[in-house]
Amino acid sequence: MNNLLFLPLLIPLATAIAGLLAWNRRKLQRLLGVCSSAALLIVGLMLLATVQQQGVISAQAGNWPAPFGITLVADLLSSLLIVATGLMGLCVTVYSLADTDTRQESLGYHPLLQVLLLGICGSFLTGDLFNLYVWFEVMLIASFVLLALGGQREQMEGAIKYVALNLIASALLLAGIGLLYGVTGTLNMAHLAIRLQSMPHTGTIPVIAALLFCAFSIKAAVFPFYFWLPASYHTPPIAVITIFSALLSKVGIYVLIRVFTLIFPQETLAGQPLILAAAGLTMLLGALGAVAQPELRRMLAFCVVSQIGYLLMGLGLFTALALSGSIFFMLHIMAAKSALFLTTGVVARLTGSSSLAELGGLYRRYPLLAALFLVPALSVAGIPPLSGFWGKLALVQAGLQSGQYLMVAVALGVSVLTLYYLTNAWIHIYWKPAPEAAAKLQYLPPHRRHQLLAPTLLLALFSLVLGLLPEPLFRLCHSAAEQVLNPSSYITAVLGTLP
Amino acid sequence: MEPVLAVVIGGLYAAGMYLMVRRSIVKMIFGLALLGNAANLLIFTVGRLTRGRPPHIPLDSALPSLPVADPVPQALILTAIVIGFGVQAFALVLIKRVYQTVGSDDQDVMLTENQEQEQQGHRLRDTGQERQGEEA
Repeated sequence: MNNLLFLPLLIPLATAIAGLLAWNRRKLQRLLGVCSSAALLIVGLMLLATVQQQGVISAQAGNWPAPFGITLVADLLSSLLIVATGLMGLCVTVYSLADTDTRQESLGYHPLLQVLLLGICGSFLTGDLFNLYVWFEVMLIASFVLLALGGQREQMEGAIKYVALNLIASALLLAGIGLLYGVTGTLNMAHLAIRLQSMPHTGTIPVIAALLFCAFSIKAAVFPFYFWLPASYHTPPIAVITIFSALLSKVGIYVLIRVFTLIFPQETLAGQPLILAAAGLTMLLGALGAVAQPELRRMLAFCVVSQIGYLLMGLGLFTALALSGSIFFMLHIMAAKSALFLTTGVVARLTGSSSLAELGGLYRRYPLLAALFLVPALSVAGIPPLSGFWGKLALVQAGLQSGQYLMVAVALGVSVLTLYYLTNAWIHIYWKPAPEAAAKLQYLPPHRRHQLLAPTLLLALFSLVLGLLPEPLFRLCHSAAEQVLNPSSYITAVLGTLP
Repeated sequence: MEPVLAVVIGGLYAAGMYLMVRRSIVKMIFGLALLGNAANLLIFTVGRLTRGRPPHIPLDSALPSLPVADPVPQALILTAIVIGFGVQAFALVLIKRVYQTVGSDDQDVMLTENQEQEQQGHRLRDTGQERQGEEA
């Protein structure tokens, strides 16, 4: 038995329960949160090492044989994402030690964060479609509460939009899952892949694929469904948005990649123009939205949408190179974008503002902070030798190989726009002279400063190192993509034999 | 039985959609609940309706005598109902808090975004003009 597979679920679950029991002991909750996220990172690395050695591994809950029980599966893609979840969880937990106010902490911030990590890990590891729905709901309910925690007026407004849109997505997902069970009689993803191979793909099956695509696209904030994200991501505390933008939308993309390579490969090929159009429009509209924003957090929220387009582009091109580009880009964007959000939080804490017009002149006082914004910003824009460059290079190369020239042109054009609005923001915050009306800078005590800057520095350095040494990780992403495109090893790992 | 249920499901979806596009957030939550119920009935119907054949295995045999009703869709629906219950309970508390902070259940009244953006736009333009003035 591969009991290692259960640990990424058990660690956050046990911590959340312990945190709830220690309701009034905030120090203990903080300690538990940091330890649990660190443990999650270590377990993720162990899982990755195991999967690299043994190939895809699976575990059956309660020892029920495969298509009947709940299956947990880890291949390279999901174990890479578990590692990323642990890393982001650790960074955000440490950051929120200094950033979250006592009121939010006393309302259960740390246990809720662990429930969120539990839902995310569950979605990455499950091999059962209905179980995926359950993990989605675990993730959603935790994110609902985190989003509304504190109860500011604008937070409420964002929360209503987020809740409504995500519940519609859940209803669509549930309908799709029900119809799929009606057609195939199974919900195990590997079993579904086999059953659907031998069925004519007409009538309801493309409809089901479309339903699931829409449901996951809403979660991932892909083009016609992205508007809830900028509407709700600028309101909650910065640590919460960071973990949302780093992980929640990526769960949507992960599930799209998983479902549309394993279960519906034919539909993916048939719908290629549609997926590519959605990817291109997501990039373009997100970037145009970001250019128009005078407020830093809103701008970064649109930037999150724009980068989702690149991740979807890899699925649309549907080649090993494109998918490995997507996976690499996903890991890069988690680190780089989070570093941007976290520095924004530090700036907001120092100056009390995140409006570009009210900021300025921070470079003179805080050159390190300026570097911590500039490096990830250039990385997101895709400037060599930073990490974003290699992901985009692979995607563009794959696009040229498949002859999708328009898509490549859009991807490159959006990079230019990204470079424009991020450097423009940098100039506004750090370089231009401080406006006279600017408030006096707040003083941050040293221990608090370290708690805020250490995770930011770690993520920015990760982006830099990933850019200078992309080879090992890129090779890993390439094998992950090949594993995803040849699902036979996944199916054998789950069902035992390939019928 | 299937045609009747199909019409009911369609009706529930239509009613849910209609409620969701209303401006009142209370109606929106009701709409969401209806969508969830429609999805549950849909699972029930597409999982084949078998009447009066519970999936019991007789004592003297290892297999049930076919055809029997499929228990899986019902298990799925039960799970979905429980989850839906939790989520809707949260949504109700949320709209109560929204009503307390905003003082209205109209989504248009809630919208602060447009006003804020206009103000910020003005501020940005003002500082731009000032700087041009200085340079001149």
